[in-house]
Amino acid sequence: MKFSARTCVASAVAPGSPVSAKIRGDFARVSRISVSGILPQPFSAKALKMFNNVSQQPLDRSREHQHKLRAVSGTALLLCAMLIAASVPVNVFGSPLRAAQTASASQPVVVQPGAPGKPSKTLPPSTTGTLPARSQADVDFMQGMIMHHSQAVEMTALIPSHTDNKDIRLLGAKISSSQSDEIKFMQRWLAARGESTSMAMPGMSGMDASGKPMALMPGMLTPEQMEALRNAKGAEFDHLFLTGMIQHHNGALIMVKDLFDTAGAGQEADIFNFATDADNTQRAEIKIMQSMLEKKSPEEKR
Amino acid sequence: MNRFPSLAFRAALAALILFSGVSRVHAQGSTPPPAAQQPAPDAAKTPDAEDSNPFAPSPAPPLPAGMTGSDVNDPRYKLTPGLYDAGETSMGLKHLQLLKKPDAFQLGTTDPDDPKVAKTVQQLGIGGGMKIPKSLQVVIAELAFSNSDLAFEGDHLFQGNFYGMNIYDISNPGHTALLTSMICPGGQGDVSVYKNLMFMSVEMPNGRLDCGTQGFPPEPPPAAGHEKERHLPAAQKDRFRGVRIFDISDIKNPKQVAAVQSCRGSHTHTLVVDPNDKDNVYIYISGTSFVRQAEELAGCSGETPDKDPNTALFRIDIIKVPVAAPQDAKIVSSPRIFIDPRTGAINGLNNGGSHGKDATKPVEKAEDTNQCHDITVYSAIGLAAGACSGNGILLDIKDPVHPKRVDAVNDPNYSYWHSASFSNDGSKVVFTDEWGGGLGARCRPNDPNHWGADAIFHLHDDKLTFASYYKLPAAQGDTENCVAHNGSLVPVPGRDIEVQAWYQGGVSVMDFTDPTHPFEIAYFDRGPIDPKMLVLGGEWSAYWYNGNIYGSEIARGLDVFELTPTQFLTQNEIDAAKTVRVPVLNVQDQQKLEWPANLTVAKAYLDQVERSQALPADRIAALRTAIHTAESSHMSKSKVAKLQSMAPSVEQSASSAKSPADAKRLQALADILKHPSA
Repeated sequence: MKFSARTCVASAVAPGSPVSAKIRGDFARVSRISVSGILPQPFSAKALKMFNNVSQQPLDRSREHQHKLRAVSGTALLLCAMLIAASVPVNVFGSPLRAAQTASASQPVVVQPGAPGKPSKTLPPSTTGTLPARSQADVDFMQGMIMHHSQAVEMTALIPSHTDNKDIRLLGAKISSSQSDEIKFMQRWLAARGESTSMAMPGMSGMDASGKPMALMPGMLTPEQMEALRNAKGAEFDHLFLTGMIQHHNGALIMVKDLFDTAGAGQEADIFNFATDADNTQRAEIKIMQSMLEKKSPEEKR
Repeated sequence: MNRFPSLAFRAALAALILFSGVSRVHAQGSTPPPAAQQPAPDAAKTPDAEDSNPFAPSPAPPLPAGMTGSDVNDPRYKLTPGLYDAGETSMGLKHLQLLKKPDAFQLGTTDPDDPKVAKTVQQLGIGGGMKIPKSLQVVIAELAFSNSDLAFEGDHLFQGNFYGMNIYDISNPGHTALLTSMICPGGQGDVSVYKNLMFMSVEMPNGRLDCGTQGFPPEPPPAAGHEKERHLPAAQKDRFRGVRIFDISDIKNPKQVAAVQSCRGSHTHTLVVDPNDKDNVYIYISGTSFVRQAEELAGCSGETPDKDPNTALFRIDIIKVPVAAPQDAKIVSSPRIFIDPRTGAINGLNNGGSHGKDATKPVEKAEDTNQCHDITVYSAIGLAAGACSGNGILLDIKDPVHPKRVDAVNDPNYSYWHSASFSNDGSKVVFTDEWGGGLGARCRPNDPNHWGADAIFHLHDDKLTFASYYKLPAAQGDTENCVAHNGSLVPVPGRDIEVQAWYQGGVSVMDFTDPTHPFEIAYFDRGPIDPKMLVLGGEWSAYWYNGNIYGSEIARGLDVFELTPTQFLTQNEIDAAKTVRVPVLNVQDQQKLEWPANLTVAKAYLDQVERSQALPADRIAALRTAIHTAESSHMSKSKVAKLQSMAPSVEQSASSAKSPADAKRLQALADILKHPSA
């Protein structure tokens, strides 16, 4: 089979729904293809069956098309049913019955062990997966880390116009590309959970509700530090960049530690994995930056 | 609201263009910076569109100067997407079966009234109000129900999962059937088996001693003005991070008999069977995540060595398991395998320095290696190969409780040393680099084929020397997470062959008989799960076990394959591989492969010397005829005598063979001819 589940879903999209232009464009294109009847019928019928629980959307052209398909697949199913029913009726109309009959030794079991030394219990076959309650600390961590990472990217963006140091340029490229990638990941994590990708900012523009400047995430450079960095050039910039980025990265380590020190936080696999990786890579970068500083200092003294 | 991300993206793009694709490994000073390139015209105007949809994949940076990428003309590059109906292509591998992940291991939230679901659906452009499609369920909890590693015993396959374990009946591999779904969350579910015992790694904070799915309660939302107050202790006596031990005497009712706690939990573990100790087995724990509080587990410290010499960093932990009394299992040593033998510093190993072309250049002192990701032991030769974040290391494990580092290597192209396997004769080690952690698309046309690749090393006198890289030759799309991952040897006699998982890059079978020229001999691949966003999936492990190849597909389920003959691998070679039957397979506890001295194996060697032209065609034909005649005569005395008479000349050819590989093949063939059996 050479067609996508996504395409089947796509053909069920209501074109009026408020979606991003890019995605809508692509989906519309796919929809047009399926409406124009290029799709082989037997496949469409099967695909529709697979997704019949998601294709309950009202109106539009693709809906009309699906209607026809459903009629086709319905007819096919009915024909099949009649054929088989003539020979072995119980197998067609009694699927719950069949399930009950075969729920014997050959049927897979769902078990949940107990604590060490305790018996395991058998769970019903209908069991589906559940996740621990999501912690607000997870959401705060992701939103805060986006803000935190953004400053690192902002700092690296100064490098080309502020220094010719090759090592700093390479380091900056590495930090910029990995943190931009991670920002994307965090936005995705938040969006997939219906959360805002930025921190709640009462009053906006860096002020909290009482008009005081917003608290920065741990390790973030103050506006004064950022200003000093912007105004520095050459060796002075290099030094401020390295010390600033070490301070900045150390803040990320504190954020990760705080996350795992919070009851109920970091229990979901994606955030666990992300925070663990962020901790590892930033630790590595701190080491690298420290040795760059050590290497530089004798030169500066001369 | 989108000010930060937008700024960030623009800055990132600017930086990326300016540095034209210099990436993290380079930053360690191994390669000169490439010349700046002009940004692609459409790259410059995409920020806002990209920014508005965090699900859209990031554009791949240009290839760094001097690097080459993977093949975009390969049929694997552009396969149609889909969760269960993606396009598939293969060479030399037949896909027998996909068993979908059981419902117990899929998120049950299909409630269309859940506002969060509706919002996500809307974000993805699928319109509101409908039930959530399956592919989206995978997105919302990608890793939480992810399949992981595999182990085998008898007719049973054990598939680890972040949420527990699934056990399958593989007595008829083409009709593999689920036996038991065992729910016991805690990630990542790395698995080993030994007789009636099953071992499972747990590292995440939701792991509970009682296998509960509820994790631990989060803080209730704070009242206004009390935002900073904490009410619940983070330390939990019921939390479990470490290695669980189950009794699987009743395969449909695994029972937890022990749970050995460790400070960093267990990301992976390795079963170690001491040939001199029948009463105990050992488990090497590799922990890679945070060190928990001493309030939760006494003695745990995550401090640097200068602040606390008893830090839980810079070590592995070793569990001793009395086979007859597994409930008494406990940690018996925590060897400091990264010690500097001259200074005694426990953080004595770093990933600075390099092998290869840039060895003469000064290199930044980089991160001290403080953890192993995975360790493969080969007790038959008394060695273990550790893939330890910044280094590949070699351990002497003749005393399994006190492993000692005998060599260490590093590589400027390596981002994260992930796993290792030995060749059967112990003369080579294949390491893998999990660049991007497996979550990223790293096989795109612009991703260098020396990054996120296998690195093959010669192993001689306890010393590792670099030979070459092998990366999946086919380019993959930007919504396919792809990088080198877990593999096992395929027991074809006379050759070194490894089958390996590459996440959404699929399965690739590689010949590394000549470690300087590895090449692909078979593959299987599917299209991406989704064309518009990276949905985590693909093969975590691909292992050969008693005649078939099994793939643990992260999102989709369990794949079953068989090898089929091609120009790179003959039916005789496949048949010879199938003569090797093992009672149990834990890939990281590598066992010496032995082939029976029979004519099936002899025919494989003949095919190989024909391929390499190590014998003239007429002699090969004569040998084949003699073998065939002996077989059809049911090994009559005269026909066997004929075979025996041909042995000396083959042995003579062995001594004058051009390559060591051919010499070994011919000698092995001669040995079979001396005492042939059917």
